[in-house]
Amino acid sequence: MADIEIPVLTTTVDKMVAWARRSSIWPVTFGLACCAIEMMAMSAARYDIARFGAEVFRGSPRQSDLMIIAGRLSRKMAPVLRRIYDQMPEPKYVISMGACASIGGVFDNYAIVQGVEQVVPIDVFVPGCPPRPESLIYGIVQLQRKIDKSKAFV
Amino acid sequence: MTSVTASIPGLVEAPSADGMPTVYIRREELEAGCLALRDAGFAVLIDAIPVDCYPREPRFEISYLLLNPGTTGTAARLRVKVQIPGTDARCPTLSGVWRAANWAEREAYDLFGIYFDGHPDLRRILMPDDWEGFPLRKDYPVQIKEPVKTYEPLQLSEEEFVANIEADRDRARHD
Repeated sequence: MADIEIPVLTTTVDKMVAWARRSSIWPVTFGLACCAIEMMAMSAARYDIARFGAEVFRGSPRQSDLMIIAGRLSRKMAPVLRRIYDQMPEPKYVISMGACASIGGVFDNYAIVQGVEQVVPIDVFVPGCPPRPESLIYGIVQLQRKIDKSKAFV
Repeated sequence: MTSVTASIPGLVEAPSADGMPTVYIRREELEAGCLALRDAGFAVLIDAIPVDCYPREPRFEISYLLLNPGTTGTAARLRVKVQIPGTDARCPTLSGVWRAANWAEREAYDLFGIYFDGHPDLRRILMPDDWEGFPLRKDYPVQIKEPVKTYEPLQLSEEEFVANIEADRDRARHD
């Protein structure tokens, strides 16, 4: 029995942890405007974000890894968004989806935050008005690449 | 003017581009006139629409859109306008006449800075509570260079929060 080969795969802890993190990114259910419709389309059958392991939209920020800021953020909503972000456990990631979230879009006025990076740190910006579901999927793949290169413990 | 509006003193016929009967009323007579209109059948206040005509004086104008549901085929609509000077942006409240006026007047206060005398709860309704200025005024800037407020204190104190949880537990025990 001693000559049976035991299959062994060696890796580093960093790589393994990063793989675990990037393979199941759970987004928080947080749609702000019309971009949220594209976000829903992305998670539905036609585009099926389950292929990339990010289909489990959670109703609670306590169970989420990713916040997709889908739409224009009003100044009144900014403290709410910040609170939800603060409630997410580490490690957490943020995607700024669409022109409005990224730079204010067409809403160049007093009521809308001109770029959500004033409120929370952003990992990936997805351009478009609104971005198509493929664009958002590409954004999530970019985020996965980013996570792949991250360290398990900082 | 119809027979209803002619019977109420203080109403002056106004030009109307869309054919909807329109009357002006003076600010001092607004409450009494609207009460009489309501009792004459105009039971529904559809909306109250403030307009800022800056720099014209009187600066503000509020259009109250009224509906008399009537019986089948006799429904009537009426637009009542009141003019308010910019130097004294006050108006008597109509929330005692139509309850629907409550939130409409809060919106007018929030965005145009028109104060409604006698309003039971004149707070901002759309903008944040600590907002400065009235955004839909013509002399309000389109863009403001102010840092975004990312934190606001809890609206409940810790004691109130604990008390709420205790009350919930008590209720659950009794059920």
